[in-house]
Amino acid sequence: MVTATKTLLKVTDLYAQFTGFGGTRVVRAIDGINFTLDQGETMGLVGESGCGKTTTCHAIFRLLPPAGDIVSGSIEFDGQDLMQLSDSEMRSIRGRDMGMILQDPMASLDPLFTIMDQVAEPAHHHRGVRGGSLRERVVELLRSVRIPSPEIRMREFPHQMSGGMRQRIVGAISLSGGPKLIVADEPTTNLDVTIQLQYLNLLRDLQQETGVSLVFVTHNLGIVAKMCDKVAVMYAGKIVEQGSVRNIYNNPRHPYTQALIQSIPRLGNKDPLYVIPGQPPNLAELPTGCAFHPRCPFATEKCINEEPPYVSFGDGQESKCWLSVEEAKNG
Amino acid sequence: MASDQISDQVLVTSPPTGVEQVSAVAHRSLGILKEAPKLPVGIILFVAVVAIFAPLLAPHDSETSVKPIKVFAPAIYAGGTWDTPLGTDFQGRDILSRLIYGARTSLLIGLLGTVFAGIMGVTLGIVSGYMGGLWDQVIMRITDAKLALPSLVFGIFLAAVLSPGLWTIILILMIVFWTRYARVIRGEVLSLRERDFVKLAEVTGAGKIRVMFRHILPNIMNTAMVLFSLTVGVAIILEASLSFLGVGVPPPTPTWGNMLADARPTLISERWTLTVAPGICIMLLVLAANLLGDWMRVRLDPQLRNR
Amino acid sequence: MADALLEAQDLRKYFPVTSGGMFSRVKGFVKAVDGVSFSVYPGETLGVVGESGCGKTTTSKLVLTQEAPTSGSLIFKGKDVSQLRGRELKEYRQAVQVVFQDPFSSLSPRMRVGDIIAEPLEVHSLMSRQGIKDRVGEVLELVGMPADVARLFPHEFSGGQRQRIAIARALATNAELIVLDEPVSALDVSIRAHILTLLEELQRELGISYVFIGHDLAAVAHISDRIAVMYLGKIVETAESLELSNNPLHPYTKALFAASLPSHPDEEREELAISGEVPSALNPPPGCHFHTRCPYYMERCSEDEPLLKEVSQNHTVACFLY
Repeated sequence: MVTATKTLLKVTDLYAQFTGFGGTRVVRAIDGINFTLDQGETMGLVGESGCGKTTTCHAIFRLLPPAGDIVSGSIEFDGQDLMQLSDSEMRSIRGRDMGMILQDPMASLDPLFTIMDQVAEPAHHHRGVRGGSLRERVVELLRSVRIPSPEIRMREFPHQMSGGMRQRIVGAISLSGGPKLIVADEPTTNLDVTIQLQYLNLLRDLQQETGVSLVFVTHNLGIVAKMCDKVAVMYAGKIVEQGSVRNIYNNPRHPYTQALIQSIPRLGNKDPLYVIPGQPPNLAELPTGCAFHPRCPFATEKCINEEPPYVSFGDGQESKCWLSVEEAKNG
Repeated sequence: MASDQISDQVLVTSPPTGVEQVSAVAHRSLGILKEAPKLPVGIILFVAVVAIFAPLLAPHDSETSVKPIKVFAPAIYAGGTWDTPLGTDFQGRDILSRLIYGARTSLLIGLLGTVFAGIMGVTLGIVSGYMGGLWDQVIMRITDAKLALPSLVFGIFLAAVLSPGLWTIILILMIVFWTRYARVIRGEVLSLRERDFVKLAEVTGAGKIRVMFRHILPNIMNTAMVLFSLTVGVAIILEASLSFLGVGVPPPTPTWGNMLADARPTLISERWTLTVAPGICIMLLVLAANLLGDWMRVRLDPQLRNR
Repeated sequence: MADALLEAQDLRKYFPVTSGGMFSRVKGFVKAVDGVSFSVYPGETLGVVGESGCGKTTTSKLVLTQEAPTSGSLIFKGKDVSQLRGRELKEYRQAVQVVFQDPFSSLSPRMRVGDIIAEPLEVHSLMSRQGIKDRVGEVLELVGMPADVARLFPHEFSGGQRQRIAIARALATNAELIVLDEPVSALDVSIRAHILTLLEELQRELGISYVFIGHDLAAVAHISDRIAVMYLGKIVETAESLELSNNPLHPYTKALFAASLPSHPDEEREELAISGEVPSALNPPPGCHFHTRCPYYMERCSEDEPLLKEVSQNHTVACFLY
């Protein structure tokens, strides 16, 4: 599927933090992450709540809440460094070159505007499409997300749509500006399973048609297995392992990834689940060394004291674990 | 059981003794007060202290004339004495002493009236919101009818019907203000009622009374406190208005409102202190109550806190 | 097989839809639960799967006596639940408990954990104060938490710990049946396995029965002994969990399995994407409710309603294909 290998998004050494209580408390939500995304590629960003995955996608849009700050690092998108852009330049990129799909389709749509108005907005604002061609564009977008009889439905309001339709309309809005990248933050959590399947298939078809790159932020490894080309597993603000989806599922190197994969129930199998001991960490009080060591079955003295480096393997997989350091040394 | 999973438990220190718990609660409420804005808290504390120690602070009796009976000007004007620093009114009563005793009546009426209105409004609001159906219909229609009447007109009507007196005014304030609570509290209860912990209590077989007062009441206390502090100011003004119109606390008991009423003839003469002094007192107290209420609204709202 | 602990016989719950206003007229009925029969045996888990609007939540409300059935009956240990009064009803409410999906909403924020767990005991005035305190410690230990967390408030705990507290509360009155209403959907992936494993261990030790309601097929299939699949107020298929996973018969069940996400990128799923969304329960399609979305639609499906029919041992399905 990946024909063009042009890099679209390159995040280098990104650090972001939240400051609270008058500067007395600093939470390092993103702690030095690196990843690249090629054109037309789909990446899954996986992790538990509070691991920094949502902050990461907000950081890509430079839309952190007022208490949050990007401390350092660069976000290279389509050849330009987003960190160097002014606010107004950034605004013209959002919605035009990058779109976003949020979790709650009801909250993402403005109840006072028609579907037409909302789907048209990015095209009107960023691409200067007007009049009859704007209407055609909206109809085309709605048809592409399989809204039946779009000419009629586009005059209706969000409350007249079902949940699945609303989420597809949110998809149409994100496509409206003709973006190169769409970030989808848990887009199917509120949908029923059969509707979820329809939506995921739709996204994949749209991607094949338009060649857009997708970032899927999710805690559902099933979505990653179904949709993504590559995956980055986040834990406590860091990417602990990344690589192609097949490699990660066949040969997970980081104990956290291994545990995640083993703790999910599988159909037609009633064997006991693997239970990761302990709780996801609180970003404000991180353990020393490797943040995963209190929950890790292989933790050693070294893991408690020293943070492991990233180790790259020949197959493009990267892992942040002392075990991987050993593995790389031995062969 | 499940020994390898227990690591997701909190660290537990030895349980605190009763004394420690009480002191922790006291510490917390002191901590909140420390954050409170200084000016309104200062004004309210000052008025409260004055009201409590009125007999010690007042230089004269508030209801009888200063001998020899004569109208004194304030001390800073010719003919005034420092014995009556703000002068006396036309019956020769010391204005400062009347202000000090008036703080007692105003504060007492304002607070008690609001508290009673609060108790009634919160109870009816919870019942209306939680029980629904006919209860809700009846209580809310009464509230609607009540809200359609201007509170002052309604207050005058009640004062005219009932025999005047301190407790009558408190009763009037209660009848006038309970609807404010009932409306807001009902709305809140409607959303609380759908929360799972309420459903869980019902499934367990907890009675309606238990659900209303064990589960719902504690969760609306914040809102009730905010409403309380915002209503106190309005209640004090209503009391003053009723007294000003002559249907409030009967003379010779001093209240800031009937002091204003007594001073009406002087508005055109040079004796401005007679009106301005109680006027400033009312204004400062109401301002303080409103500022404190506003602060509490922000402080107690979890969505606005920590901003 | 032993006698059923809870048996539902042709249970129906219709909600009237009114025109609104003071003198409202009934326009029609939403048939939220429409002739559902199932039984739960001691020490077993019955899974109930279905999408939103399929009637699984209403079914749980009927079991919890939050709603009274329009017709049909629930038999608990041989007695009709709707006939229970006074002490017997109280006993039923002690024996049947519930754990909700959202542990942040199901624990009263202004009550201490100990009071939350003790509430069922207090409501039924079962024990002395010391007895209640001991029991609270006991059930907390059962769910893997130290007894002295009883004096803390819910906001001091994470989602998984709160769900443990909710389970402890359900256990306090020696429940025999616990309705689990999507108990892991709101939790983090790594915590889901904790709770599922804990529930399995509790069942093994205490012999409790569960009704496990969910839409995550893999989780339901993992914990359940038998599964009932619901669509628009009706049960369309029941079978033992492994049998259902390996051999789903009803087209809707097949679609559900096809839609459940793979656990490995190479895992092949039979592509049976059904089109459209669940129709409104106010005007369900005639005949088989699923015929509007069914890939195997026959003319007969829109005219007659298929009845549940046993196709192999303990495997029943309501479809004309079988």
